[in-house]
Amino acid sequence: MRHIISILLENESGALSRVAGLFSARAYNIESLSVAPTHDPTLSRMTLVTSGTEEVIEQISKQLNKLIDVVKLQDLTEDAHIERELMLIKVEAVREARDEVKRLVEIFRGRIIDVTETTYTIEITGNGEKLDAFMDALSSITIHEVVRSGLLGISRGTRVLS
Amino acid sequence: MELTGAEMIVECLKAEDVEYVFGYPGGAVLHIYDAFYKQNDVKHILVRHEQGATHAADGYARSTGKPGVVLVTSGPGATNAVTGIATAYMDSIPMIVITGQVPKALIGNDAFQEVDSVGITRPVVKHNFLIEDVKDVARIFKQAFYVATTGRPGPVVIDIPKDVTSAKTEFSYPSEISMRSYNPTVKGHPGQIKRAVDIMLSAERPMIYSGGGVVLGNGSEQLRQFTRKLGYPITQTLMGLGAYPATDKQSLGMLGMHGTYEANMGMHNCDVLIAIGARFDDRVTGNLEKFCPYAKIIHVDVDPASISKNVKVDVPIVGEVVQVLNEFNQALEQTERTPNASALEKWWQQINEWRSQDCLKYDRESEIIKPQFVLEKLYEVTKGEAFVTSDVGQHQMFAAQYYGFDEPRRWINSGGLGTMGFGLPAAIGAQLAHPDDLVACVTGEASIQMCIQELATCRQYGLPLKIINLNNGCMGMVRQWQEFFYEKRYAMSYFESLPDFKKVAESYGHIGIKVEKPADVVPALEEAIAQKDRLVFLDFITDQEENVYPMIPSGAGLNEMILV
Repeated sequence: MRHIISILLENESGALSRVAGLFSARAYNIESLSVAPTHDPTLSRMTLVTSGTEEVIEQISKQLNKLIDVVKLQDLTEDAHIERELMLIKVEAVREARDEVKRLVEIFRGRIIDVTETTYTIEITGNGEKLDAFMDALSSITIHEVVRSGLLGISRGTRVLS
Repeated sequence: MELTGAEMIVECLKAEDVEYVFGYPGGAVLHIYDAFYKQNDVKHILVRHEQGATHAADGYARSTGKPGVVLVTSGPGATNAVTGIATAYMDSIPMIVITGQVPKALIGNDAFQEVDSVGITRPVVKHNFLIEDVKDVARIFKQAFYVATTGRPGPVVIDIPKDVTSAKTEFSYPSEISMRSYNPTVKGHPGQIKRAVDIMLSAERPMIYSGGGVVLGNGSEQLRQFTRKLGYPITQTLMGLGAYPATDKQSLGMLGMHGTYEANMGMHNCDVLIAIGARFDDRVTGNLEKFCPYAKIIHVDVDPASISKNVKVDVPIVGEVVQVLNEFNQALEQTERTPNASALEKWWQQINEWRSQDCLKYDRESEIIKPQFVLEKLYEVTKGEAFVTSDVGQHQMFAAQYYGFDEPRRWINSGGLGTMGFGLPAAIGAQLAHPDDLVACVTGEASIQMCIQELATCRQYGLPLKIINLNNGCMGMVRQWQEFFYEKRYAMSYFESLPDFKKVAESYGHIGIKVEKPADVVPALEEAIAQKDRLVFLDFITDQEENVYPMIPSGAGLNEMILV
């Protein structure tokens, strides 16, 4: 099953490679990973999407907790939570495609953030399924470039990871 | 006072009561060596290869419980140390490895003798540090010793660029340390302890399975009280031997691939398994699907990740073995319940029946020296009181089976990684830590050649080791597997150009004795021990065809052993 693990990590050089190294060394799967500093500059927050049986996920959590740089972690999928991903996508926009793309962007509540005579660059956020659906909707359009952030997640309600 | 980074390192080691540093100099650590030269508190032992330094520090740590300390240079110094670091990591041995690094400005430039030591060692350390500022030296050393020695111990690497060792700043060593991201659990959960005690007192066919964690956690005394109080049978892992006395009647010996028949049958048939400081390694469990099919399992370990990793357990208890065993002992003291005496009597009858198989029997009349015979005699001649290190292979298993360890920290071997070349340098560390005790290195003609250069270190420091070389002219364990599982196709397991070990020993300034007849075994051992101040290399020419029995083939269950 798919799990989203949120990790508070010491904001130190090498911390990311300890996490990434653990996953490759123990043959765990990483679907996506995103990391950046938090409001406390000594801490980074990482969101990691993985999958496996309950036993494997339990081991992943335990092994992550063993890393000295890991301050705290939480399996977001255990509770109500919000998932978001950002996608930047550059598409060909000439003749009738210019209007078609604009309409699709509106339907999916994205934004066109850069325009040239022949291209649009679109920003769109949502969960992974929504972004996939937008890509499907663009099937008749020529896509030049896609950049996805990987999933970010946070608990619903008052619960915080700190 | 202002100190250089190099001088601080010496001060940090002094503050941590470090007696010995095992190392080898080189360009990136010359400032540190200069600082060592100017003091006499921390003694430096010069090895002949960095792998030897790590194993020697490891042998020191295993025989004392204190962390071993290593100092090596950048590049090849660090890479040569990796095998020893991984060896310590797999067996959870506290160790501090200081690796020199090229100056900060050159890092990433493919400079001379540059390697990414932090990157290379990352998967085989408990933690590692790169010191980027001389102001961090004291804090990082304090953290390194704290991390290496607490919780589940392990090696910690400190990589220090050359310019950091020459930079100066004020020095004060922190007296305390706290790390927000590292708080090892000490005490077991009271509710779980109560549940465990209930289950163990309801057992009809109980089994205690104790491991290296009891040795590492200094829980031997508590384990003895616990086991005797219950009157239950106990089996120990390769790493745990000595925590409970091998010669005690409740001891069933070692379990696992080359464990005793009674231990493995006891495991397979027990209804309650009490695992303490053991990690259900594949060499212990055999086929997981057939493992302990009737047992409720209680598992005590300081490392939560060890629990339910390979085998799902019923009562997990995370905590230090000493703490948890003390709580068990207290609870057993306080309760009015006692073990089920009639069930236990029947269980012991069954165990004694398995014991009567005498699974460690071998041909004592042989005209060729049997390796088992040498180990039995070594035990008798040393009265079981020696520190015994070993290399890896058949001789390691024979030592574990035939040298009865009655005390913890006397048996020193590479159990997890299985590192050939470990035995001799590990014996150096053990002998330095215990100058008045007998230290024997049980090895084979293949393993000993992997770190044989350390004979020179023994000469330099006058270490009177006794080397028990079981020389059967082949890689015994590889040969055994090829005989059993590859239709006797002995690919690359034989040596055709062995050195004359007697002469090798002599050329390093030691005594070498070649022993070819069973009748000469005891006199040779006695002679070696009589040479109190000299290293004696005993080259026993042993039976090439001898195999290690009993054996559980891979994929089989613990009740499916091959007996002699």
